[in-house]
Amino acid sequence: MKKKILWRFILIGATVILAAIFFLPNTPLFKQMPEWWKKNMPDKGITLGLDLQGGIHLVFEVDGDKAVEITTERIAQSLKDIIAKKKLNTEISSSGLLITVTPASMEIRKVIEDNYPILISVETGTKVVYKISDKEANKVKDNAADQALETIRNRIDQFGVAEPTIHRQGTNEIVVQLPGIKDPKRAIEIIGKTAQLEFKLVDDSAQVAAEIPAQIAPGEEEDVLKKFAGKLPADDEILFERKINRETGIARKIPILVKKQAALTGDLLKEARVNIESSGLGGPYVSISFNAAGAKLFDEVTAANVKKRLAIVLDNTIYSAPEIRERISGGDAQITGSFSMEEAKDLAIVLKAGALPAPVKMLQNITVGPSLGTDSIEAGKMAGILGTILVVIFMVIYYKLSGVIADFALLLNIILLLGAMASLNATLTLPGIAGIILAIGMAVDSNVLMFERMRDELRSGKTPRAAVDSGYKKAFWTIFDSHVTTLITAAVLFQFGTGPIKGFAVTLSLGVSINLFTALVGTKTVFDLINSKREVKKLSI
Amino acid sequence: MLEIIKNTNIDFIGKKYIAFVFSGILAVIGIIAIIQIATGKANLGIDFAGGTAIQLKFEKSVALHEVRKALEEEGLKDLDLQDLPSVNKVLIRVKKTEHQLGQTSDAITGTLSKKFPDNKYVIDSTTEIGPKVGGKLRADAAKAAAVAVVGILIYVAFRFQFNFGVGATIATFHDVLAVLGVFYLMGREINLILVTALLTIAGYSLTDTVVVFDRIRENLRVRHKEPLDVVMNASLNEVLSRTIITSITVLLTSIALFFFGGEVIHDFSLAIIMGVIIGTYSSIFIASPTVLLWGGKRPFVKR
Repeated sequence: MKKKILWRFILIGATVILAAIFFLPNTPLFKQMPEWWKKNMPDKGITLGLDLQGGIHLVFEVDGDKAVEITTERIAQSLKDIIAKKKLNTEISSSGLLITVTPASMEIRKVIEDNYPILISVETGTKVVYKISDKEANKVKDNAADQALETIRNRIDQFGVAEPTIHRQGTNEIVVQLPGIKDPKRAIEIIGKTAQLEFKLVDDSAQVAAEIPAQIAPGEEEDVLKKFAGKLPADDEILFERKINRETGIARKIPILVKKQAALTGDLLKEARVNIESSGLGGPYVSISFNAAGAKLFDEVTAANVKKRLAIVLDNTIYSAPEIRERISGGDAQITGSFSMEEAKDLAIVLKAGALPAPVKMLQNITVGPSLGTDSIEAGKMAGILGTILVVIFMVIYYKLSGVIADFALLLNIILLLGAMASLNATLTLPGIAGIILAIGMAVDSNVLMFERMRDELRSGKTPRAAVDSGYKKAFWTIFDSHVTTLITAAVLFQFGTGPIKGFAVTLSLGVSINLFTALVGTKTVFDLINSKREVKKLSI
Repeated sequence: MLEIIKNTNIDFIGKKYIAFVFSGILAVIGIIAIIQIATGKANLGIDFAGGTAIQLKFEKSVALHEVRKALEEEGLKDLDLQDLPSVNKVLIRVKKTEHQLGQTSDAITGTLSKKFPDNKYVIDSTTEIGPKVGGKLRADAAKAAAVAVVGILIYVAFRFQFNFGVGATIATFHDVLAVLGVFYLMGREINLILVTALLTIAGYSLTDTVVVFDRIRENLRVRHKEPLDVVMNASLNEVLSRTIITSITVLLTSIALFFFGGEVIHDFSLAIIMGVIIGTYSSIFIASPTVLLWGGKRPFVKR
C-alpha cells in the first residue's frame, strides 16, 4: 500500500498502544505485570471522583472578621502591658474591632503608634479609638486562612486518610476532600473544632460566686447567664463544665466563675497524648506538655495560685477545674473530663495540631457512601456498553461496510479517550461517565456528515474515489465548526462548574478533540486504503 | 443505499409562523420557569436552595408514608421525600435549615434507627449545602449560561455573518428555555446536573444549527439568482438526512443512559433526550427563518 497510508496506520496503531499503556492501571491486568513494568510504566491511571469512590467533600469558611477581632484583642493586651511598664496613666479597653484609649495624650499616642503602626485612629479627642487598617486587616484574614489550611492539614494527616485533597478556594474558603473515608462524622468534627485551649483561674473569692448554682441540667445555661448578667465582676465570666456520670450516662453542667483573661493558652503546648487512669475508674485522659516558654509561665501561675482552682477550657467549655495543690515546674499537666477513648484520642489530635486561628463554618458537606459509588460505576458501564452496541448496530444497518468503518473509528475514539484521561490522571465522575457516553453518540456525527456527503456525491455521478475525496473535503469545515462550538460549551462548563461537572466538561472536551482526530484521520485512512487497492466500482455506503 | 429520508422537498420556511407560535409558547414557559427559579419558588434542588439531602438504602422495602409519619412524630416536618422502591432507596430532603449543618442529618438518621429497628439501612450519600453557597451556585450557573451565549454568538457571527449569529443564538436559547420549561412543568428538581444537561443541549443544538448554516452558505455561493428562502428550503431538505441520523445516534445513547444509567443521572438523560428532539426541531424550523426575518444583506454574495 501507499507509503502515506502506511504511516497513518502506524500513527494510529502507536496512539492505541500508548493509550493502552496509560489505561492499564485501571484494569485488573496491571497487577499481573512484571515488576519492571510496574516500576517504570505509568501506574496511576484515571482517578475516581468522590461520587464514584465514596468519600466526603467539605467546604469551610474561615471567619476572617473573628480573626481580626482576636488580633485586635491581642494588640490591646500587649499595649496594656507596655503602658503599665512605662507607668503611663491611661486606660485601654478593646471591644470587637476597636481599641479605646482614655485619656490619650500626645505622648501616649506616640507610644501606641510607634509600637503598632498597623493601627489607625478612627476617632480623636480626649479619647482615641483605634482599629487595624483595612489593608492590614486583609493581611490578617489572609494569614488566618493560610494558618487554618495548615492546621486542618495537620489534623487530617494525624487522622490518617489516604490521598486527601486540601486547598484554599477564593479569599476565605477551604476545600477538603477525603476519599474512601469510613467515618465521615468524626473527620468533620476533628476538622471543625476550633480547639481554642485556654487555662483560666477560677474566681472563688468573688461574693457572687456563692450564689451560683452547683449544677444544672444541660440546656439551662442561657438562663443562668441571663440571671447573672451585670452582677459579675468586670474581669470575670461564667463558663460551664460538662460532667457525664460514667455509669448512668447522665450529663450535667456545672457553672463556674472564672477570670476572663486566660493565664495560659494552647499555643504553648508542645505535646498531647492519651493515657489511661491507673486508679479510680480507669478512664482515658489527655496528658499535655508545655514548651519552654509555656512551662515557665505555668510554673509562675501555679506558684502564685496554690490552693486556687485552674479551669482547663476548650472552645469555651470547661473540661475540668482541678485545684492547684502545689507549684508545677515540669510543664506537664493532665486534662481529665469523662472522655470516651475516641473523644480523648480526637482531643489529643486536635491539641497537637494546634488551634484554628479563627472559627471555621462548614458551608458544604457532600458525603457519598462507597456502595453508591460502585453502583454508579456499574450502571455507567452498563449504559455505556449498551449505548455503544445500539449505535454500532445502527451504523452497520444504515451505512453497511462504511458503517463498520465508522464503528472502528468509534472504538478507536473510546480507547484513545480513556488513554488520554489516564495519561492526565483525570478524575472520572458520574457526569463524566455520562459525558463519555454522550461523546460516543456525538462521535458518530462526524462520520455521518462525511457519509451523507459521499452519498450526495455518488448520487450526482462521481466515482467512488472522487466521492470519498470531495465528500471528505466538503464535510471538513462543518465537522470542525461543530466541534469547536461544543468545545466552547465544554470550556464554559469547566470554568464555572464544580467537581462532578468539571469532570463532565473534561471528558466531553477530550472526547470531542479526540474525535476530530479519529474522524478526520482514522476514517479517511481506511477509505483511502480501500480505494488504493483496486478500482472500487461501488462504495458500500 | 438504505435511506430513511429520500429526496424531500418540504417547505420548512413556509411553516415558520406555525413554528414561531409553537416555540413562542415553549419559550414563555421557559421564561416563567426562570422567574420562578430566581424568586426561589420552583422545585429547586439543594444545590441552589441550600439544605440537606440524605439518600438511604434500606435492607427491606419500606413504605414512604411510614417514613414521613415517623419523621413528623419527631418534629421533622417540611420534608421532601422520594423513593426508588425497586431498590429500597429513600431520598429525604430538607430545604430550609434552621439547624446547624450536620444536625439535620443526625436527627433524621437517629429517628429512622429508632422507628425502624429491624430494617437496617446504609447511607448512600448526604449532601449539606449552606444557603449562602446555594445562592452562589445559582449565580455561577447564570453567569456560565450568559458567557456561553455570548461565546456562541461571537463565534457564529465570526464564522458566518451577524444575522446568522442571531439566528443561532435565538435557536439555542429557545432550546434551553423549552427544556427548562418542560422540566418546570413536570415539577422535576432544578439542580446543577440539570444545568449541565442544558449547557450540553445548547452545544448540541448549536452544532446542528451550524451544519444547516454551512449548507445554506454553500448553496448561496452557487445559486445566487434564487431568492433566499428558496435556497434555505433546499439546504434544509438536503441536510435533513444527516440531522435525523445524528439525532438518532445521540438518542440511542441517551436512552441507554435513561434506562440503565442509575438514579443519579436519570433526570440528566431525560433532559438530553428532550433537548435532542427540540434541538433538531429548532435547527430546522427556527434558526433559518429567524435569519430570514432578521433581514440584512443577502449573505455570502460574491460581488
